Amino acid sequence: MAETACTLQRLRRTSAHLAGGAETREAGRGVRLGASRVTPMIRARSLSKDFGEKHVLEALDLDVPRGGFVLVTGPNGAGKTTLLRLLAGLTVPTGGELDVAVGRALIGFLAHESLVYRELTAIENLDLYGRLYRVPERRERIGMLLERFGLWRVRNERAGSFSRGMLQRLSLCRAFLHEPDLLLLDEPFNALDGAGVDLLERELVALRPRATFVVATHDPARLEPLASARLALA
Amino acid sequence: MSAYAADVLTLARKDLRLELRARDTVPAMVLFVIAALVVFHFALPGASGDLAAYGLLWVALIFTALLGLVRGFAAEREQGLLDALVLAPVDRSTIWLAKALAMLAFLVVAELVALPAFAVFFSSVSAETVAGIALADVGICTVGTLLSAMAAASRTRELLLPLLFLPLAIPIVVGGVGASVVGEPGRYLGFLAVYDAIFAIISWASFEYVVTE
Repeated sequence: MAETACTLQRLRRTSAHLAGGAETREAGRGVRLGASRVTPMIRARSLSKDFGEKHVLEALDLDVPRGGFVLVTGPNGAGKTTLLRLLAGLTVPTGGELDVAVGRALIGFLAHESLVYRELTAIENLDLYGRLYRVPERRERIGMLLERFGLWRVRNERAGSFSRGMLQRLSLCRAFLHEPDLLLLDEPFNALDGAGVDLLERELVALRPRATFVVATHDPARLEPLASARLALA
Repeated sequence: MSAYAADVLTLARKDLRLELRARDTVPAMVLFVIAALVVFHFALPGASGDLAAYGLLWVALIFTALLGLVRGFAAEREQGLLDALVLAPVDRSTIWLAKALAMLAFLVVAELVALPAFAVFFSSVSAETVAGIALADVGICTVGTLLSAMAAASRTRELLLPLLFLPLAIPIVVGGVGASVVGEPGRYLGFLAVYDAIFAIISWASFEYVVTE
């Protein structure tokens, strides 16, 4: 795995480690980029998040360069989803600093929930988000994604009638729709069948050169070839 | 059309389409308001007169609106969709405004059934009462949508929303009943308009803080 500028310090109760050093190497290209010379996509210092008495994240330092691919691993309750929500701006840190170099328009977020309306059809859901994200050539882009993710045949069916795997495919379409610069993916392979897994792997390989990824997963081995760093939360 | 208006339209159209598909809010509101008026019809002594009936009309309308507001963010709450809307690169107040407009449409449909029913059971509805209801609807939907979003984040949302909404609805009832029963309703209609303006601005400005932690 190539080294990245991701660093994580173990402070107080935070028990996490990151594979990788202080230098950055663009994965797959062998190009060395000094972390100090490029604007990091994500920069966190002493980031912490509490829910009442429970400390979910504590004193986390993290630098993710543009083009980085960070795998976030850890057991249930370690704070993977909370970290992704913090990075997406969906929740506010209890302490510390967090800078994400791109705005909401350039973030693609895949959550545990499908984040699609069950009463709307696949095409209506994507059209809604396409309008809100002002996706150029929206209809063509939606059609292409539905085709690519094997949902074209069911494009006019309500999402409520979809299986969990089909919902995950639709969620991936939603997350990729606006061609985000930063992709925050929470268990992207969840519920996908073999064909879906292959499809997503191909998509990630295709997107890898032009986007930054933070991916929470319980199955890091699958994404290891793409990853530039691993963050293990405990 | 400005980007803001386009976003509001997109989101409001989505809410109306959801209701057309699911039909779980407006039919309930219509049935509730009719049932309430029927109950009031039998509960009110015959000699009570129109003044008491107008009071009960406003009670029925407020509780009907409350019924709709409880369902206001149901789809977003049940499927975690508020995150997706909050993450979208739109002014977050557009979510509130679109939801308030959709709620206004639902309430108007319920009232289009309720007012003729009121005329049948009690007495005819004056133009002043209709004007009062129109102004009250704006206040109910602006404040109610904000509170509905606040309550949606709570596990005790069905309890919390009435506790938050009903105290804030008291001025609406005062203004609405006043506009319905006095000879010169201008003062009460003006009061409702001021209430609408103040709470619309407060709700518009504070919605972002409600939906982000």
